[in-house]
Amino acid sequence: MAKLYSNKPKSDFKLNPKDETISFILNYSKALSVINYKSMKFESLQN
Amino acid sequence: MQKELISDAQLVSNYIRGEESALEVLITRHKQRIYSFIYSKVFDRDISEDIFQDTFIKVIRTLKRGKYNEEGKFLPWVMRIAHNLVIDHFRKNSRMPKFDNSGDFNIFSVISDNALNAEKTIIKGQVEADVRRLIDELPEDQKEVLVMRMYKDMSFKEISERTGVSINTALGRMRYALINMRKVIEKHNIVLTN
Repeated sequence: MAKLYSNKPKSDFKLNPKDETISFILNYSKALSVINYKSMKFESLQN
Repeated sequence: MQKELISDAQLVSNYIRGEESALEVLITRHKQRIYSFIYSKVFDRDISEDIFQDTFIKVIRTLKRGKYNEEGKFLPWVMRIAHNLVIDHFRKNSRMPKFDNSGDFNIFSVISDNALNAEKTIIKGQVEADVRRLIDELPEDQKEVLVMRMYKDMSFKEISERTGVSINTALGRMRYALINMRKVIEKHNIVLTN
């Protein structure tokens, strides 16, 4: 039998981001507010 | 369990109306698909985290600015943002790793060619010619100092000795030369990047 030297294709990934990343995103979302003034939009980050 | 029943579109509109928890449900629902997609392109956990984070920052900003339109579906839209950020990442590094999965060792995955390609060489030449023309427009005293400093690599002490002015005057001329060049660049929207 010929040996197979090729690696298995790395196509099936099941990975999750770190909890810190998720919590950063959620906190960013809570802190960000967009203020509309006439036709302009202002973003402000409040911690 | 009930959260699963709410559609993405409903969650998005709840989020836009200010319900922060809707975002958490959306992220929990799709994080694996999005993160795995990013990882399958960059093969680096830290870079994947960064791109994942940037993707959602973009999503949040777009939603909060009210610029999201429910034309397509939420997940394909987020995947598109992630895809674009992956491309940006590779553009920034100006290299694209190739994974052919054939198992063969590829020498070009460990060595790289840093030399400019034909297009970049031409652009570099054009940029340098543009800068030269800008310098020619400067007043004579400023031009003299700038050329000595940047092209002849002389110190300000040497420049002051050569031109017969004090070091401070030479420094001042250099400063004004740069200010004037920036003014011209801004006024005419000249692009001097490769």
